[in-house]
Amino acid sequence: MRARVRQFFDARGVLEVDTPVLSTAAPTDPHIHSLVTRVTGESGPRFLHTSPEFPMKRLLAAGVGDCWQLARVFRDGERGRLHNPEFDLLEWYRLGCDDGRLMDEVAALVEAVVGPERSVPPLLRLSYRDAFLEQVGVDPLAADAAALRAAGRAAGVEPPCGLDPGDRDGWLDHLLATRVVPSLPAGRLVFIHHWPAAQAALARLEPDDPRVARRFELYWDGLELANGYHELADAAEQRRRFEADGERRRRDGAAAVPADERLLAALDAGLPDCAGVALGFDRLVLRAAGADALEAVLSFPLERA
Amino acid sequence: MASYSTNEFKAGLKIMQDGDPCAIVENEFVKPGKGQAFNRVKIRNLKTGRVVEKTFKSGETVEAADVIETEMTYLYSDGEFWHFMDPDNFEQLAADQKAVGDAAKWLREQDTVEVTLFNGEPLTVTAPNFVDLRIVDTDPGVRGDTAQGGTKPATLETGAVAKVPLFVEPGEKIRVDTRKGEYVSRVKE
Repeated sequence: MRARVRQFFDARGVLEVDTPVLSTAAPTDPHIHSLVTRVTGESGPRFLHTSPEFPMKRLLAAGVGDCWQLARVFRDGERGRLHNPEFDLLEWYRLGCDDGRLMDEVAALVEAVVGPERSVPPLLRLSYRDAFLEQVGVDPLAADAAALRAAGRAAGVEPPCGLDPGDRDGWLDHLLATRVVPSLPAGRLVFIHHWPAAQAALARLEPDDPRVARRFELYWDGLELANGYHELADAAEQRRRFEADGERRRRDGAAAVPADERLLAALDAGLPDCAGVALGFDRLVLRAAGADALEAVLSFPLERA
Repeated sequence: MASYSTNEFKAGLKIMQDGDPCAIVENEFVKPGKGQAFNRVKIRNLKTGRVVEKTFKSGETVEAADVIETEMTYLYSDGEFWHFMDPDNFEQLAADQKAVGDAAKWLREQDTVEVTLFNGEPLTVTAPNFVDLRIVDTDPGVRGDTAQGGTKPATLETGAVAKVPLFVEPGEKIRVDTRKGEYVSRVKE
């Protein structure tokens, strides 16, 4: 399957790149936690990358062009049937491309990599808003936290212990995980697109409708496989998001992390218009194998590593 | 007070919920996209046996329940309490009807049983999965009837009543599955 990935990108003229695992900066995303280590002779901690996104964007700003990488990444606190703290992320960027066209390419890659083993189900595109309206009966772009809680109650969703009643994004995540994703049609490759602006992460907002961001996720029979953006290229906006994340981390009592100033400098210098996506490679292998737990496709999961 | 973070959740972990000791039956880590992570768990209330599903925001902590499972020797019943002894230090404990529950009818003096202690007090008593008991009363055995599958009630030495095949004789020793209260086989002596 790795060989097929390489063939896929070779045929399309996309350059394979390699970026460091250790970095002085880390993603500020409040729900992504980096593992930390130290390097003798260097001051300050070094963070193991949770995705190669920031250095790849620095390469893009430096003019590397279309590029891809299959990287072993690390995320603390993520363990379960479908999570392992270290996993392989297939990440690629396409210049002059938007999220809509990148979704087509993601589907083509899945077909190219899994197709020989297993028939890949047909595609379905669904907006985040429509998915919520259909499954929870609430407009995720308009509803406040109280309306989301009420809709959850009406749909029989238990409120989670410890979730702040006013945490709007937390409630969206909870409803997404408990109602929306489990109800996605089986036997379809589903792209959920146009996420709420508050969950834009590193995507640009829709110019005609700033309530939504040009972000998508791919699900295969309820399994989240990929997350992609029409990339945000505005350094000032990126800095505001880093600061908002930092604020949220402070409120949550999570560890503060240094924002990636080198990424901001690269955005300042100019990131070409591009779309990018990260795909959980182990999960793709899982689907190809027809298994339902990651440990079936990992040589040694954390417990035995 | 000891506590556990959701990161430590796994099947078998004993936690307090709504004032009752509970055991985690199943723990699933759920994390949508880049969003908030949750732990969806099935929890058995050790007092009532009821299993409920609950979701925790990941990173939450819950109070640990001081629950231990220990092997003890059943000594005797005084009618109100059942008395057990720790075979290692010879300490004795008394369990009431609520804790002993259904296990009472399978207990024979000197048998080893599993006693679950909550804050040092017996919470539940579990009889061994299989016990060998003598039949004290049943209808006489019917010869030749080994394949028809008919059954009759038999009173055992502990007072329990189990359904046994028609060919089994009074005075015989049989093996019983205590979880279902079912006859398993005759026991050769």
